[in-house]
Amino acid sequence: MTTMTAQTTQVYSVFIKATPEQVWDAITKPEFTERYFYGVRIELRDGRRYSRTGGGVEWDEPVLECEPPRRLVHGWSSAYDPEMAAEEPSRVTWELEPQDHGVTKLTVVHDKLEGAPKTAASVSGGWMFVLSGVKTLLETGSPLAG
Amino acid sequence: MDDDDRIFKALADPTRRHLLDRLFERDGRTLTELESELEMTRFGVMKHLRVLEEAGLVVARKQGREKLHFLNPVPIRLIHDRWIDKYTEHRVAALADLKSELEESA
Repeated sequence: MTTMTAQTTQVYSVFIKATPEQVWDAITKPEFTERYFYGVRIELRDGRRYSRTGGGVEWDEPVLECEPPRRLVHGWSSAYDPEMAAEEPSRVTWELEPQDHGVTKLTVVHDKLEGAPKTAASVSGGWMFVLSGVKTLLETGSPLAG
Repeated sequence: MDDDDRIFKALADPTRRHLLDRLFERDGRTLTELESELEMTRFGVMKHLRVLEEAGLVVARKQGREKLHFLNPVPIRLIHDRWIDKYTEHRVAALADLKSELEESA
């Protein structure tokens, strides 16, 4: 078994049977995000990306690029965890590419993680959970169990 | 061929699994880097990478003048959710039932 050093650029991708518009809504509207993003209500407002956990923790990050329904780039600070929150902010890019047969390829690139080693080591399982959650929500209308 | 077929087909080859292991160790590699670790022609490595890309297991991204290959673990997670979880849950449940039966009769 080899050990993995946390990567400073991480890429996650999933094919979803939905239009780019539907995927865009699912990643930018709180009534959708709270169903798969660990209960966090996320919304874009005034050039910022606001997050609020079920427990009431709130924070926000700058939106760097916003081209609905194709591309969203925003800062990432792991404000949900005090130790990781102290690390330097990183960056998240969402890309939505329409494919044949009503399928959208959703890719998340989490990079600029050089100053955030704890975040880099911790987000991998999270992004897998989030992306499989978006897919399940859009394809079946219900969130993943558990 | 559906998504699952493509993933299982991509994984059913030792060279492609080896490529995934190389990317797991260090992500974001060029074709030239990957090729240097394999006893295979550049064309052969490209062919395998294409199968992995079509299955969504590898995502290639342009960075400056280079094309970098990244391991995408999401399809494996989906396979895990779809296949492994289902069967291991049953096994765990069966063992739990056996335990309570044995303990009751003891």
